[in-house]
Amino acid sequence: MDRKKILNSRNLSWLIRRHGIEMTHLSGGSHIGAILSVADIMGVLYSDILKFDKDNPDWEDRDRFILSKGHAGASVYAAIAESGFFEVDELKTHYANGSRLSGHVSHHLPGIDFSTGSLGHGLPVAAGRALAAKQDNKNFRSFVVMGDGECNEGSVWEAAEFANHFKLDNLVAIVDHNHMQSLDYCNNTLEVDMAKRWAGFGWNVIEVDGHNHDELRNALKDTSNPENKPTVVIAHTVKGKGISFMEMDILWHYRFPHEGWEYNCAVNELHKNKPEGVADPYTPNGCPETEATPENCRHTVSETYRPTYYTREVEDR
Amino acid sequence: MRDTVIRTLIELGKRDKNIELITGDLGFGVLKSFWETLPDQFINAGIAEQNMTGVAAGLALEGKKVFTYSIGNFPTLRCLEQIRNDCAYHNANVNIICVGGGYVYGSLGMSHHATEDIAILRALPDVTVICPGDPNEAALAVKKIADTQGTCYLRLGRGGEKTVNNIKEFEIGKAYKLRDAKTLPKKVAIFSTGAILEETSLACDMLEKAGVGVEQYSFPTVKPIDKEVINDCAGRFDNIFTVEEHNIIGGFGSAVAEVMAELEHKAKLHRIGINDFYCIEVGSQAYLREQVGINAEGITEKVEGVLSE
Repeated sequence: MDRKKILNSRNLSWLIRRHGIEMTHLSGGSHIGAILSVADIMGVLYSDILKFDKDNPDWEDRDRFILSKGHAGASVYAAIAESGFFEVDELKTHYANGSRLSGHVSHHLPGIDFSTGSLGHGLPVAAGRALAAKQDNKNFRSFVVMGDGECNEGSVWEAAEFANHFKLDNLVAIVDHNHMQSLDYCNNTLEVDMAKRWAGFGWNVIEVDGHNHDELRNALKDTSNPENKPTVVIAHTVKGKGISFMEMDILWHYRFPHEGWEYNCAVNELHKNKPEGVADPYTPNGCPETEATPENCRHTVSETYRPTYYTREVEDR
Repeated sequence: MRDTVIRTLIELGKRDKNIELITGDLGFGVLKSFWETLPDQFINAGIAEQNMTGVAAGLALEGKKVFTYSIGNFPTLRCLEQIRNDCAYHNANVNIICVGGGYVYGSLGMSHHATEDIAILRALPDVTVICPGDPNEAALAVKKIADTQGTCYLRLGRGGEKTVNNIKEFEIGKAYKLRDAKTLPKKVAIFSTGAILEETSLACDMLEKAGVGVEQYSFPTVKPIDKEVINDCAGRFDNIFTVEEHNIIGGFGSAVAEVMAELEHKAKLHRIGINDFYCIEVGSQAYLREQVGINAEGITEKVEGVLSE
């Protein structure tokens, strides 16, 4: 039976989260917070939006996809494995010696044709592909998923100007706006009004709840617009979404779920929200109930944040 | 050299609609003919080299044969990571044209001196580095790289270079012999890359007049380097000189040194280039070449100095 039919977006997103927990747990890898925040976006894209053929990864008319926030690589690996590009079992090799699954996205495996990891590279390349489609009268769309922290990079805005100027209405950017970046909340780092900024660059801006699949689907299904603008879907998300002790805590940008309460509680919380008909490939019946001891687990630095000298002076006035 | 390359690109572009030229908003007067002849294959990406190079990678991944165009360090150092990650790592057919290798824009100041580019681009795996010595090498190289899959750096002079190398076909990775050392008692081998070829040829003329036999080679390709020629010369000569309009570290001379270091031959290598400083002098290309000692007289003096030791 076609896996894709079983895997509606809700099921796929759950599996992405479950694989993400397992992959970071096994590998000691970072970025589980970002993998969890983008899981619903990836689930909807691979279930309902992207055109692809698992048996013909280079299919000429496939939609092009780049996960520009390459540190959330586990999410796309899980999505394409579950979509049938390779065996799900291979996900366990993430980060391992000799694996095809590097921490950041690698194109040396079927289903991925562009490697990322350094931020700000995805949008220019996606724009180039969208332009090539226009030149060659092809109908595919060019998708790119970016982080909100990534939008600090100047190259994003070079590409934003370019895409608008060339009327690349076949280009779709999705910003996983989890409001946190590497060290702190985005607005404590470099304050930005995300929607206003993209609108200022002339884009067709759609804001959605990035964990609401209907909103994501509606936004992404048809991005054509009368002014032929490129579309950005700003998906408001929660970093670490789905595991309460990871949510909005910058620690989980780096920490992996360790053996013991962290892993057990994470898995069990996912099981509480497991959709009917989805099998957990690792712990089918969940984990032993383990008491969480999360008292040391709040590491978000916003409370201690003080702006730099000059900003402080202005703010104190 | 610059105009010859654009003329060649127009020729190629007329026959192959997949040839595309993207500029970072430079080439006033130079690119006009391409733009007018092939408007659908011309893109001005604005002053945004990172995006220009990323877009080029995206186009190339869709089957285009892309040439990016800018001057000095803008198409290379400014967007180095896009060249590395987006182009080279994906084996994208992106050919980076730099106009103004070395001191072409001498008077414009240090920002416009492209004097470390060969070293930096050469350090990237899967990037071919070509520095044509004259318009003929440049035109033939463009034809070759357009149809060669992969990322290539094409470092040009500007204009007015004399044609010295009359080859009919260009082979990537091949050095071309331009003159023999004859049977003179004193003899050396001199290699050069890029538009300094003209000065080097003049220096060779002067040396010959002074009774020094010169076996001269033009190395339009710095990477992959022609090991055979180096190996052969290292066995037959006591002294080999390299000439480049580039910093002495990491460039063409270094590439030759890397090969010679692993050979057991008698030859000693002498690198002629810019001795690891930023040029703060103001002046034309000819003036700056003279100041740093890489014009014909400077090259001749260095060779004679070594021979009189």
